Amino acid sequence: MSRYLTPAFALAGAIGLALTVWLIFTATPLAVDYTPGSRVYVSGTSLFYNQKIFYYHVPHAFMMFLAVGISGVCSIIFLAKRDPKWDDVALASAEVAVAFGAVVLLTGSIWAKAAWDHWWIWEKRLTMSLLLWLTLVGYVLVRRFAGASGERLSAGMAVFAMIGVPFIYVMVGAGDNHPKAGAEGNVATLDPAMRGIFWACVATFFCWFMALVTNRVQSARMEREVRELREKGLDAGLLA
Amino acid sequence: MSVLRQAARIAWKDLRIELRSREIVYTMAFFGGLLAVVYSFVFPSKSELVPLAAPGMLWVSIAFAGTIGLGRAFDRERENDTMRALLLAPIPRLAVFLGKSAAIAVLMLAVAVVVTPMLALLLGADLFADPGPLALSLVLGAIGFSVVGSVFSAALIKVRSRDVLLPVIIYPLLIPLFVAGTSVTAGLLAVPANPEKVWYWMGFLGIFDAAFLVVSLWIFESMVIE
Repeated sequence: MSRYLTPAFALAGAIGLALTVWLIFTATPLAVDYTPGSRVYVSGTSLFYNQKIFYYHVPHAFMMFLAVGISGVCSIIFLAKRDPKWDDVALASAEVAVAFGAVVLLTGSIWAKAAWDHWWIWEKRLTMSLLLWLTLVGYVLVRRFAGASGERLSAGMAVFAMIGVPFIYVMVGAGDNHPKAGAEGNVATLDPAMRGIFWACVATFFCWFMALVTNRVQSARMEREVRELREKGLDAGLLA
Repeated sequence: MSVLRQAARIAWKDLRIELRSREIVYTMAFFGGLLAVVYSFVFPSKSELVPLAAPGMLWVSIAFAGTIGLGRAFDRERENDTMRALLLAPIPRLAVFLGKSAAIAVLMLAVAVVVTPMLALLLGADLFADPGPLALSLVLGAIGFSVVGSVFSAALIKVRSRDVLLPVIIYPLLIPLFVAGTSVTAGLLAVPANPEKVWYWMGFLGIFDAAFLVVSLWIFESMVIE
């Protein structure tokens, strides 16, 4: 991986962040007249500026699901080929997914307080995100505390987690009162003024996500190389 | 010798050790029974709440007892360092895996046989109104639990903090199984019983078991490397 990749993504993310913050508050319509049953469900009241959280919340959720997918696929390849470089990628995206998942749950909670007047409700997609996030936290814990077997264990966990996603989806069921913009492809129904900026936000957070992942992959690889060199040195009797 | 017969032999080995010492079954069943007693103290046991609370109590007891059983079943291999012998045996790893998980599933069902009547008795839950579907759901639940549990217990055998990490790993993965299991039981206990719900979640359990079994069969080989 080129060493310019991380700074390039970070820079793009920083510019995108500055730009989208500006645009979100100047160019997108304010949520004043959404009625119940429309794409932004508000029980009687309007969300006003609370609605702006959507532009951060949904891209973070996208990135979390992307990261789970990357982590699962890389874990399968790692288990099949035993090449640790795949494990570095799986680890990096799982760790970043924990951070993005935390943002999703926190921003979602703020939205829920504004829209439904509860910090947390056992609504379908919230439940699903929480379960996925718990699995990811488990992954990181295992990696941290299982010692030498941690790689295999957490890889196995990522594979099972990926297989489990459709079951969780069926389990929590379709049909909920979660705003429909996002995971179900209903972004197309967004107001045109919102749509462009929404996708700009997705691109921004994708850059930010990639900056974190590429950075973490590099550090994971360096950690591994140091470990291997140390073992070599011990074997050769050069290190005490 | 076919894989299934080899697996049956491994399972029978585990069960025979268990039949002679009765260590796991006695402790697991006693623990499960204790949980039932604790539940009846700590949760409200008003008769109209029982159909709502009993399914969760049943499945949580089985999950806890199952976790203990899993840990013990693999500790035994570790203490005598027989896991290596088992893996070196001239049989496919598949047979080892199937045998171990079958034995654990049988132990879990033995616990269920104790815990279910305890709950029915202590809480006055009408769990035996329709014993067929209840038994089927417990069998499916035990299979799913033991399959996933065996993969990770076997891989955790050399890890120092395995007792803590086992539930940390398998509980998030098994949440759909617990939800489906409790939903079947809740459907059976509902007044009037809700067969549509029961069979929907029974199917869910079956498909969940099948998918996780296939993944486990593939993954066991690469997870358990000495």
